[in-house]
Amino acid sequence: MSTVDLGLPSLPGGLHGVPAADGPQNRKEYVSDQEVRWCPGCGDYAVLAAFQGFLPELGIKRENVAMVSGIGCSSRFPYYLSTYGMHSIHGRAPAIATGLAVSRPDLSVWVVTGDGDALSIGGNHLIHTLRRNVNMKILLFNNRIYGLTKGQYSPTSETGKVTKSTPMGSVDNPFNPVSLALGAEATFVARTVDSDRKHLTSVLRAAAEHRGTAFVEIYQNCPIFNDNAFEAFKDPETRDDAIIPLVHGEPIKFGKEGRLGVVRDGFASLAVREIAGLPNGEADLVVHDAHTDDPAYAFALSRLTDAGVLHRAPIGVFRSVERPAYDDLVRHQVETAQQTQGPGDLQSLVTGSDTWTVN
Amino acid sequence: MNRTVTIEVKQLDRVVIRFAGDSGDGMQLTGDRFTAETASFGNDLSTLPNFPAEIRAPAGTLPGVSSFQLHFADHDILTPGDAPDVLIAMNPAALKANLRDVPRGATLIVDTADFTARNLKRIGYDENPLETGELDAYHVVPLNLTGMTVESVKEFGLTRKDASRAKNMYALGLVSWLFQRPVESTIKFLETKFASKPDIRDANIAAFRAGYNFGETAEEFSVRYEVKPAAMPTGQYRNISGNLALAYGLVAGAQRAGLPLVLGAYPITPASDVLHELSKLKRFNVTTIQAEDEIAGVGAALGAAFGGALGVTTSSGPGISLKSETIGLGVMLELPLVVCDIQRAGPSTGMPTKTEQADLLQVMFGRNGEAPLPVVAAQSPADCFAIAVEATRIAVTYRTPVIVLSDGYLANGSEPWQIPVIEDLPTIDPDFTTGPNATNDKGEPTYLPYLRDPETLARAWAVPGTAGLDHRIGGLEKEDKTGNISYDPANHDLMIRTRQAKVDGIAVPPLEVDDPDGTAKVLVLGWGSTYGPIGAGCRRVRKVGGKVAQAHLRHLNPFPSNLGEVLKSYDKVLVPEMNLGQLAMLLRAKYLVDVVSYAQVRGMPLGAAELAEVIGNLVEETEGIDDDARHMGEAAASLTHGEALHTEPNGRSNGHLHHPEGAR
Repeated sequence: MSTVDLGLPSLPGGLHGVPAADGPQNRKEYVSDQEVRWCPGCGDYAVLAAFQGFLPELGIKRENVAMVSGIGCSSRFPYYLSTYGMHSIHGRAPAIATGLAVSRPDLSVWVVTGDGDALSIGGNHLIHTLRRNVNMKILLFNNRIYGLTKGQYSPTSETGKVTKSTPMGSVDNPFNPVSLALGAEATFVARTVDSDRKHLTSVLRAAAEHRGTAFVEIYQNCPIFNDNAFEAFKDPETRDDAIIPLVHGEPIKFGKEGRLGVVRDGFASLAVREIAGLPNGEADLVVHDAHTDDPAYAFALSRLTDAGVLHRAPIGVFRSVERPAYDDLVRHQVETAQQTQGPGDLQSLVTGSDTWTVN
Repeated sequence: MNRTVTIEVKQLDRVVIRFAGDSGDGMQLTGDRFTAETASFGNDLSTLPNFPAEIRAPAGTLPGVSSFQLHFADHDILTPGDAPDVLIAMNPAALKANLRDVPRGATLIVDTADFTARNLKRIGYDENPLETGELDAYHVVPLNLTGMTVESVKEFGLTRKDASRAKNMYALGLVSWLFQRPVESTIKFLETKFASKPDIRDANIAAFRAGYNFGETAEEFSVRYEVKPAAMPTGQYRNISGNLALAYGLVAGAQRAGLPLVLGAYPITPASDVLHELSKLKRFNVTTIQAEDEIAGVGAALGAAFGGALGVTTSSGPGISLKSETIGLGVMLELPLVVCDIQRAGPSTGMPTKTEQADLLQVMFGRNGEAPLPVVAAQSPADCFAIAVEATRIAVTYRTPVIVLSDGYLANGSEPWQIPVIEDLPTIDPDFTTGPNATNDKGEPTYLPYLRDPETLARAWAVPGTAGLDHRIGGLEKEDKTGNISYDPANHDLMIRTRQAKVDGIAVPPLEVDDPDGTAKVLVLGWGSTYGPIGAGCRRVRKVGGKVAQAHLRHLNPFPSNLGEVLKSYDKVLVPEMNLGQLAMLLRAKYLVDVVSYAQVRGMPLGAAELAEVIGNLVEETEGIDDDARHMGEAAASLTHGEALHTEPNGRSNGHLHHPEGAR
């Protein structure tokens, strides 16, 4: 066995190769004629509205947007957008989107998934898509519950959670989706909240511009089976202390009156401290660098998320680094083969070199 | 050394030769080279590799034995042969593991180097079988092949271990001499294969030549054999294995449809070679994705199909089980998808390197809900090419997943192939929809993704990037024409029946029956890789005067439209299968014909002699001959030269290597 230099193509931006729209677009163009069927008050409505409002600003042809989803409440998303879409099967959207992205460099491919779809039944596809860095944007709607099957605990539900299938409390240790993505060395990892349209849109924009897989966890409220799971991030009384805002190039500082910050703490760890108690005050705070090559830094940030009931979590872009995208490399090899060996002559291929003739 | 005995040359009409040794001894390579020499000489041939799933089981043990059998002839043949005329055994385990297949009178060429007390004891021999007389019924040629190999390459200064590795080439040289094979292609092959390792290259070539010369000069052999080239239809030929033919057929299908090919696959025995071959063909606009698992493999293929490519996935039974849900999605989405199942012995992990055809019912019915899809099956290694083109035609024309059934025997076996002219293959029209195909209730042009072609019932297929035709599809039941989600009871019933009608209505060629004078009362009907053994069995029965008809199904769903009529026009229909009667069950269910199932599930191809006996007995039974008066089956089974289509010229039979005692 040996290795070769792949001659990595360095392609600019997430939308490279996707044809530009002929003119300005508006939100309405992206609204399909299908009646939206989520429960009243579902966080999905807010994400859908933000997404429909955001798509026109990409400036690409509407027919070159492709949405692929799995199964779950959020996976109905493609039906409500007037783009090409596939509502596939449980957990498999990243695998299907991989085939689509590889074969169609002219599409902007988006995967819509949930915590059960992406992290439970589809966990394998998710981590492999992330490690390969396929050009697709994965929006993981995390409501920490199974909604469509009416209220069982999910792989992000907190330990001890009482649900229909865990009357004595869940004994499962939950996944932190951001930690998982970083463990798979995802090149773009972000987290946002359904109700903060401005932040959500800014994260979507950054995801769209990223070449490779962009993974976005969206905290999304399920008003029926897990209401107020993210209340700490929404209540004006608590949100300043709950949201650790990640802004590239800025010290990580938050809390009421800006009294809290993130500092280095021991081996490869970070911790939240009162700024007033720091020896050098704000100068001791970590300045967020999303381009840090080593995923350990972003991973340490992700560990500032509560594992149980959520009172505090970092929000924003954890990591955004460049690495060649899988589908670009795959196409590069096909193109290289055609350039160096010429387009294939099938007759000569099937004939081969060892033939004989019967007269 | 000068010969004191003149070498006699005997004419044979056919020979079955088997190379057997340790997994690490290079027996598959040796067999491949002998096959290439034989093909270039112009014999008809058929091969059967047989190897353990373990890559290198402990050396010298029975589980570690790997073998390669080749049947070559001066006439058209159909199988790799039931039993070897010549066995080359490279160690005691290879002798012991293969001896039960070798009829008395056959030639055993045995490398004696490893026949030590310790090695013999390890595999259960208390004494050396070469010395006890237990092999007296065979023509045994004991030779220290390893020792002679080491001697022949000593000038290259290799270690004894490296030097002895060339023993397979020494053995190949010897049998190439014995059967007068042309040797140039093997020397050329070794020059290319070991181009970067001159010592190894030269040692292998030297060992090969030394083996050849040993035959020429030593006195172990007083006879050489000649098998004349076979009379075959005029044209250009090559030798090809089933997996290679399948890979080429998929590329040909994609090209004839004008579509890029995207393969999503996960390595699995015996299908991996299709992935390997396609990964070399990037210049043909072929993309291969080695996925994280079987499900992702078919998922990627389906995603590519959504994007307008020819999506293909290749696997074996266990992988097909995993892909079932995605294939069902393909049925619902009505997108082209080619799913190749290279069957192996099951259930579960089963015997990965052994052949079987027990996935038929799985691929027919192994999905939730009413999820019909077309199934085609290759009948010989070379037929894998044509069947792949046919599967592509059906998938693209009818917008449906199509299952291609092959098996381990076809995948690794090989035969001469009359090279097709690519331009003569049918063109396949994807017929993409590029503009509105309907008008909505406001009178505006619109696109209905589930509007169907009235002839084929194929739905309209618009790919992403087509302006104005954006639409959403998915696994939920869809409304007729619009494809919107629908839970309407009548609509569901309509859609279920429509998907079934689409598959039922696929145009497939009528079943052809080989019934030489049209008076046979017994029909033998098979599918898949049993084509060769069934054909050979029928020829044997005809040779002893039996009347039997043969037909073989390449289309298993839908069946050819004349199948029911064919079944009803024979008194008895015999269905031999390497499963417990899966086709027999389908035929009984659909046509209410009480077919006779002959089921053997040993992980090995059916034998020609075995089938001849079964067919002969059934022919006599059908003609009312009493049990104890029957002789045809036995006579057909014990024929040594019953498989040639035409009677052999007189005087040929004196040159046969042996006269086997009959069927195993």
